[in-house]
Amino acid sequence: MPRLRRVRGTVSRTGLVMRTPALQSKDVLAGLLFLFVGGIAFYTALDYSFGTVARMGPGFFPRVLAVVLMLFGLVTLARGLVSRDPVHGRWGWAPLALLVVAITAFGYLMERAGMIPALVVLFVTSAWAGHEFRMREVVVLTAVMCLMATAVFVWGLGLPYRLFVVPG
Amino acid sequence: MLENLAMGFGVALSLTNLAYCLLGVTLGTLIGVLPGVGPLVTIAMLLPITFGLDPTAALIMLAGIYYGAQYGGSTTAILVNLPGETASVVTCIDGYQMARKGRAGPALAISAIGSFFAGCVGTLLIATFGPLLGEWALEFGAAEYFSLMLMGLVSAAVLAHGDMVKSLAMVVLGLLVGLVGADVNSGIDRFTFDVLELTDGIGFTVMAVGIFAVAEIVTNLEHRESREVFSREVGRLMPSREELVASIKPIIRGTGVGAFFGMLPGTGPSISAFSAYMLEKKIARDPDRFGRGAIEGVAAPEASNNAAAQTAFIPTLTLGIPGSATMALVLGALIIQGIQPGPQVMSSNPELFWGLIASMWIGNAMLVALNLPMVGLWVRLLTVPYRWLFPSIVMFCALGNYSLNNSPVDVYLCAGMGVLGYVLAKLECPPAPLILGYVLGPLMEENLRRALIISRGDPAVFVERPISLAFLVATALILAVMILPAMRRAKGEAGD
Repeated sequence: MPRLRRVRGTVSRTGLVMRTPALQSKDVLAGLLFLFVGGIAFYTALDYSFGTVARMGPGFFPRVLAVVLMLFGLVTLARGLVSRDPVHGRWGWAPLALLVVAITAFGYLMERAGMIPALVVLFVTSAWAGHEFRMREVVVLTAVMCLMATAVFVWGLGLPYRLFVVPG
Repeated sequence: MLENLAMGFGVALSLTNLAYCLLGVTLGTLIGVLPGVGPLVTIAMLLPITFGLDPTAALIMLAGIYYGAQYGGSTTAILVNLPGETASVVTCIDGYQMARKGRAGPALAISAIGSFFAGCVGTLLIATFGPLLGEWALEFGAAEYFSLMLMGLVSAAVLAHGDMVKSLAMVVLGLLVGLVGADVNSGIDRFTFDVLELTDGIGFTVMAVGIFAVAEIVTNLEHRESREVFSREVGRLMPSREELVASIKPIIRGTGVGAFFGMLPGTGPSISAFSAYMLEKKIARDPDRFGRGAIEGVAAPEASNNAAAQTAFIPTLTLGIPGSATMALVLGALIIQGIQPGPQVMSSNPELFWGLIASMWIGNAMLVALNLPMVGLWVRLLTVPYRWLFPSIVMFCALGNYSLNNSPVDVYLCAGMGVLGYVLAKLECPPAPLILGYVLGPLMEENLRRALIISRGDPAVFVERPISLAFLVATALILAVMILPAMRRAKGEAGD
């Protein structure tokens, strides 16, 4: 009798078990990420002097850590190649991108346009990341939260933010 | 000890500190009760608000936020079956069943009473053991500290939920992130990539908010929200006599279990709540009732996670070694306030240490006296749709980070950390070890360097000093205990 091997993967519509492609396996990706970050850290730390064990230079600890991180990355990668556990659920790239844009735009506009315009952009962009976008709700929410932010941060904590920056 | 406690109460009962305690507890509950917002996100979000206060007030308020958020988390667990954090996962099991049977009120009350009792015991334990541990730790040299941190980090990684190798990798990643910025000893900028603002390192709130809050929001947005709220059925709060009597022993046992686990580095509330629940189930006369609304299944884990939440302050305050991600946030807040955590805190800042301990008790009392009667209001908050909540959380995160240095760079970095946090969450790499490593990174390097300077480069110093050796042996044991069963299982799989 042929021995059945336990294969992890997604079951296709025809009922066949499909082996998860390596690049969709969470451990493969995690391993690659650790290897990548460890590699960059090691390469960058080559510029800092290593010193000796008795007199550790600024490069000592980072290089040791980078090597350890790469080792853990290798182990994770190898295990991922064997087990092929897929990433759970879908990737939420769209909400992630919108939130990043919302936060970054806020930082950019804070000095250039003032707190209120920055917050308006933040609310409209991040609300877009949700499942439902109801214009009227977003307007009310933005207005209420702008007032609250002004009350807490500007009046309450006394932070020196201009609500609006008049260009010119 | 009594003298010290009296002084602590003197500090904590001052009008301003009392007000900050109340504010923290209320804010913590308010935000913690919101669905999809756990204590970590709550603390990370509110952290910047406390930075303007003096250290004692800031810490008192943070502690208040912490209990408030935990309490709010149990409320969501019982009423919506939605654990705000891993510690209240267990409360969901029986708490939600009680709510479905119309006994949400008693479940909430027992959870508050159990937490209060555990809080009192926890406070006493801190007051007793904190100073002892602190005194002992005064004898620690650099080698002992290094080994202790190693033990703390390894046990935190090993005991975290999820894969051990990935958790350990996350610790190392966190240590590396912690090194970003100017090196104190050589003055060289490390990993700053010529960005001027990185010279001071990556800000603590930037990490906390990015890794926890932003990542969690995106994870929540992946799937549509669906929940069932028992908003009108909280009913009578007072538990019946039988329910009270049935809860007494579980509360005491839960407190014991929680107090023990809380003190160990890396365990914290979730493991304690789980162990307490399993213990109750094991010794119950009819274990079948568990999972169908057994009051013991609410009382024990709730007492346990609160006891652990309290005793977790012991290693954090006396040794400067946080046991959990939440404690790492508290520790980070201390460092930002200019206080170097460690055994010297008790002698150099006695009013801070004892004031905090006293305010812990006051905060717990406030939770029972003020928040329990207000449960109707909290329940109404549960119905706030997530689409209103998350943009507001984003606002607090962005504004909070901006307000630290009034610099947009912190805001950009926070967005970047959000991406990293989300990717790591998707790949099931636990974020808590990362934060712990990040907080301890610079300290660990400094102690390693110092130990090796003193020993003239002889690494044997770590095994020659008995206390350091004990920590290293404990680290090895923890690793062995976790690795051996995994290996045996792998062998078994290969054999059949």
